[in-house]
Amino acid sequence: MSLLSPSIKVCSWTQEHDNPASLETYVANGGYEALKKILAEKTPAEQIVEQVKISALRGRGGAGFPTGLKWSFMPRNFQGDKYIVCNTDEGEPGTFKDRDIIEFNPHQLIEGMVIAGYTLGAKAGYNYIHGEIFELYESWERALGEARRAGYLGKNILGSDWDFDLHAFHGYGAYICGEETALLESIEGKKGQPRFKPPFPASYGLYGKPTTINNTETLASIPWIMRHGGQAFLELGKPNNGGAKLFSVSGHVNKPGNYEIALGTPFGELLEMAGGVRDGHKLKAVIPGGSSAPVLPADIMMDCTLDFDSIAKAGSMLGSGAVIVMDETVCMVRALERLAYFYFEESCGQCTPCREGTGWMYRVIHRIENGQGRPGDLDLLMDVGTNIAGRTICALGDAAVGPVHSFIKHFRKEFEYHIEHKKCLVGG
Amino acid sequence: MEKIALSAESRALIDLEVAKFPGEQKQSAVMSALRIVQTEKGWLAPETIEAVAEYLGMPAIAAYEVATFYNMYDLKPVGRHKITVCTNLPCQLQGADKIAEHLKAKLGVDFGETTEDGRYTLKEGECMGTCGSGPLCLHNNHKMHAHLTPEAVDKLLDELK
Repeated sequence: MSLLSPSIKVCSWTQEHDNPASLETYVANGGYEALKKILAEKTPAEQIVEQVKISALRGRGGAGFPTGLKWSFMPRNFQGDKYIVCNTDEGEPGTFKDRDIIEFNPHQLIEGMVIAGYTLGAKAGYNYIHGEIFELYESWERALGEARRAGYLGKNILGSDWDFDLHAFHGYGAYICGEETALLESIEGKKGQPRFKPPFPASYGLYGKPTTINNTETLASIPWIMRHGGQAFLELGKPNNGGAKLFSVSGHVNKPGNYEIALGTPFGELLEMAGGVRDGHKLKAVIPGGSSAPVLPADIMMDCTLDFDSIAKAGSMLGSGAVIVMDETVCMVRALERLAYFYFEESCGQCTPCREGTGWMYRVIHRIENGQGRPGDLDLLMDVGTNIAGRTICALGDAAVGPVHSFIKHFRKEFEYHIEHKKCLVGG
Repeated sequence: MEKIALSAESRALIDLEVAKFPGEQKQSAVMSALRIVQTEKGWLAPETIEAVAEYLGMPAIAAYEVATFYNMYDLKPVGRHKITVCTNLPCQLQGADKIAEHLKAKLGVDFGETTEDGRYTLKEGECMGTCGSGPLCLHNNHKMHAHLTPEAVDKLLDELK
């Protein structure tokens, strides 16, 4: 990484050390200092929430909701059990940043969750880990054991009169559990079907108790904010888009991987860090925020900076920061067919528009891809999509529609060519 | 249906999971419990699911609901080595289709099928949250193999006896 690179390390700094995941590495570089200070000074919860608000930290899991505001929804004076839950159910195609925090910097997440537990008045926390990364579930368990033995978890944390423990929860293959209320159902040992809201988890969450659910990267950013101050975090990024963020770059680039950069960095700089579009090819399109985010053509994307507001203005969303890069060899019909299949496969089946509509959209795109498309198919797809969006309990329905509508909007010619000529415009 | 008993090893592992939750919330351990017994027995027969439900003091139907909802549980016998390949878009762009075709040709089975000798089952998977290292596959749900090439696949298959 050159000195001129836009990289800023809030969550990924341990990777520059020999044993990135170890407690020794973390502690030797200021780890758990924020927690020590809070417990020693008995920092009032309001002050911590205030710093998080000043930081303009927005949820890193996809929705971009202001974290400080979310925390302020927790009932301060509720006397019973409360919970903090971390969402590491990372299964949005293109997203693979939270897994790296678990693998390379677990203690920063632990410290973030402990501070969150202290601030929100929780006695326990759970980290829900995506089913397919069992090896990281095991390594997270080991990190929890280290933290417990060192007195950062359990009874009388660091000699204080405060108890708090954290546990690992392992998913077993369901994208929908990344939705926060489906995730809670799953922890309760049920099918992961989202709950109707309201009530929101802050009033009726895990086991019916007040609960806050935050993304892994969100919680792992908390110790940095408490050590350096909310204002310093805000200044890493830009107004309303505080901090640095991990971007997962996949697809047709020379160096797929995670890159942590300041929010507001031009897209072209991230593309360069990822080695550029694979050799000899041209950028065609980018999905900027995970598979649910509307696709953007190359020329629009090259004008964007990477922050919530810029990408929203361009008609997509920053989402989880999963940047899927496609070069000129990609058939957009085939790409969309695969995404449509994903949402069909992962719809939980609870709401009729999503359960039936995702399958319908997939079947129509499948027949277009296979040379059996009909003249009215594109209008049909737009119509089915419109009748799913906004008519379901959770956002999976909308997420399934975003790619369909945006692929047709920006690449309509390719779809029409497929229908008319029964073959692909790209590469025959 | 014949009743089956959970092994002492499985029960010990399940007890560790149960201990993570409040006393009256044993059901929270059902996903882990099903994983633990599936790992031991290779798949989840109906009587296995019932034994898990009984151990956790929950209705059998509630455990079935969980076992049928999450896609990493196997409700039918699978080969000794289950290979799940992610074919989702990022992996596809990075060559997952070639890997899938190579596996199908080499094993002579399609997705969802098991080789005649019962050695391998091939499965199509959804996003494993590790796209940057794709193409990739999971071996028996728990071991991930990344940066796959046809040569790496051949080597892996040879190692899995």
